Amino acid sequence: MSLPLFPSGGDPGPSFTELLRRTRLAGPQIPPGAVSDAVSSPGRQLPGAAMTSMPGVAHGTTIVALLYEEGVVVAGDRRATDGHQIAHRSIEKVFPADRHSAVAIAGAAGTAVEMVRLFQTQLEHYEKVEGTRLSLEGKANQLGQMVGANLAMAMQGLVVIPLFAGYDLRLKRGRIFTYDVTGGRFEESDFHATGSGGRDAKSTVKLGYREHLGRDEAVELAVAALYEAADEDTATGGPDPLRGIYPVVATVDAEGYRRLEDTEVAERFQNVLEQRRERGAGSGESS
Amino acid sequence: MTMPYYVAPEQVMKDRAEYAQKGIARGRSLIGTTYDRGVLIVAENPSSTLHKISEIYDRVAFAGVGRYNEFDQLRVAGVRHADTKGYAYSREDVDARSLATVYAQYLGQVFTHEMKPLEVEILVAELDPVGDAHQLFHIAYDGTVADEQRFTVLGGDAEAIANRMAARFHQGWTLGEGIRGCVASLSGPTRTLRGDDLEVAVLEHGPWRRTFRRIDDAEVSELLADGEPPELTVTAASAAEGKSEAGSRKPSRDEDAAETGDAPAGEA
Repeated sequence: MSLPLFPSGGDPGPSFTELLRRTRLAGPQIPPGAVSDAVSSPGRQLPGAAMTSMPGVAHGTTIVALLYEEGVVVAGDRRATDGHQIAHRSIEKVFPADRHSAVAIAGAAGTAVEMVRLFQTQLEHYEKVEGTRLSLEGKANQLGQMVGANLAMAMQGLVVIPLFAGYDLRLKRGRIFTYDVTGGRFEESDFHATGSGGRDAKSTVKLGYREHLGRDEAVELAVAALYEAADEDTATGGPDPLRGIYPVVATVDAEGYRRLEDTEVAERFQNVLEQRRERGAGSGESS
Repeated sequence: MTMPYYVAPEQVMKDRAEYAQKGIARGRSLIGTTYDRGVLIVAENPSSTLHKISEIYDRVAFAGVGRYNEFDQLRVAGVRHADTKGYAYSREDVDARSLATVYAQYLGQVFTHEMKPLEVEILVAELDPVGDAHQLFHIAYDGTVADEQRFTVLGGDAEAIANRMAARFHQGWTLGEGIRGCVASLSGPTRTLRGDDLEVAVLEHGPWRRTFRRIDDAEVSELLADGEPPELTVTAASAAEGKSEAGSRKPSRDEDAAETGDAPAGEA
């Protein structure tokens, strides 16, 4: 590798994706059939059948994000499915994007994880080249462009829908951004959930949500939402005490991104279970 | 085009070196050293926005003296090199040595083949993730690389500053001692430097993946006021008296210089 220098007209500026393009390091486009571990079933669709599987269809995943007084909580389950099979029990879908933001993914796992890696590098690259951090709004737009750039792959079934949440250092509060498959960016005012279990999770949050939640309440609500989603959706993994696998729960506040310890998440799940048991809600509909 | 006059290659190189040295000598100097928790870089820089020291990667820092536009271009190229490498392979695969080699090759190339050499001297520092075998690579305008374990001085008055520094340096000093030692060496006996005349940054062991941290003027002032600069050690001080002339910077470099970069000279 030699020093990447560019003539003044061809300088990629602070953009890492542009730099990859200029240096021709951008990886080959992944053919649709080559993806084995998809978080969602669409990964196995044939190109022709892709359109039917695209909008609003099952992504085997549940991601929840909600605002609380000091910041934002982001949580995601750990299961990856391939059709009706469980492909992985412990993949992670919530990542720190940089110090003050988190990105969570639903969609084809390979493409999604790669997108996160590119996004993380992009934010850090910008910060180092420019000497300042991007605003939260700027980061959200960047991610939107990446999702949009993936549209061709999405049309073939490799849909990636991220959720972006972070602490806005200027406005001094948490913010949540969601995307559609074209890269369209929407800001949520209080909470959101995506993925195949998203609807159940969202209902749960909706019932328990109020403004200015404390951190502990918010974490517990996110955990309860994941529990309900896993209870209804086969493609969402619940807590797995046997293997010690628990959903990833992270908070982002003025101090930055922090992932909760598994022990704390396990405790929260225990609380949720106790509450359900007291209510007699554990029996289910069939008994 | 024809060459109007014959100029001996020795003369050309000498002129270029002189030109580059003059350009570099116009700027203020900086010191890179180690301390008990990592790598410390102290630069004399009154500007708080135009940085001489910056982050390249998780454990790699960059510092430059001389012409700002030239070393800043090198800095950005270094960030690009490191980020693409870390993205293509893995974050652990990015190291200072390979970056220093790439810089040296480029500087050597420009020095021998271009009209004008780059009027810069740069430092690439790497924090050892486990122990304290930190690395400081000092790369000169002609592509000469020197690998330092204790400290290295870049800039115009390097010889004199290095002598003062040698008298003060001791392995494993604290951040405060390190900063006071560096500042006393940079300023010399006749001047005093305050927090806002300085730019200070460290690569330090901590909970974060990215180890680079700037130390702001207030904290620097606090650390400067915290005690006296480290005492001059007798042996080193007397050694320093021996060679006090600041003009020629060649001797100290030759001792530990590893010639890389402009090797093409050998193919003639």
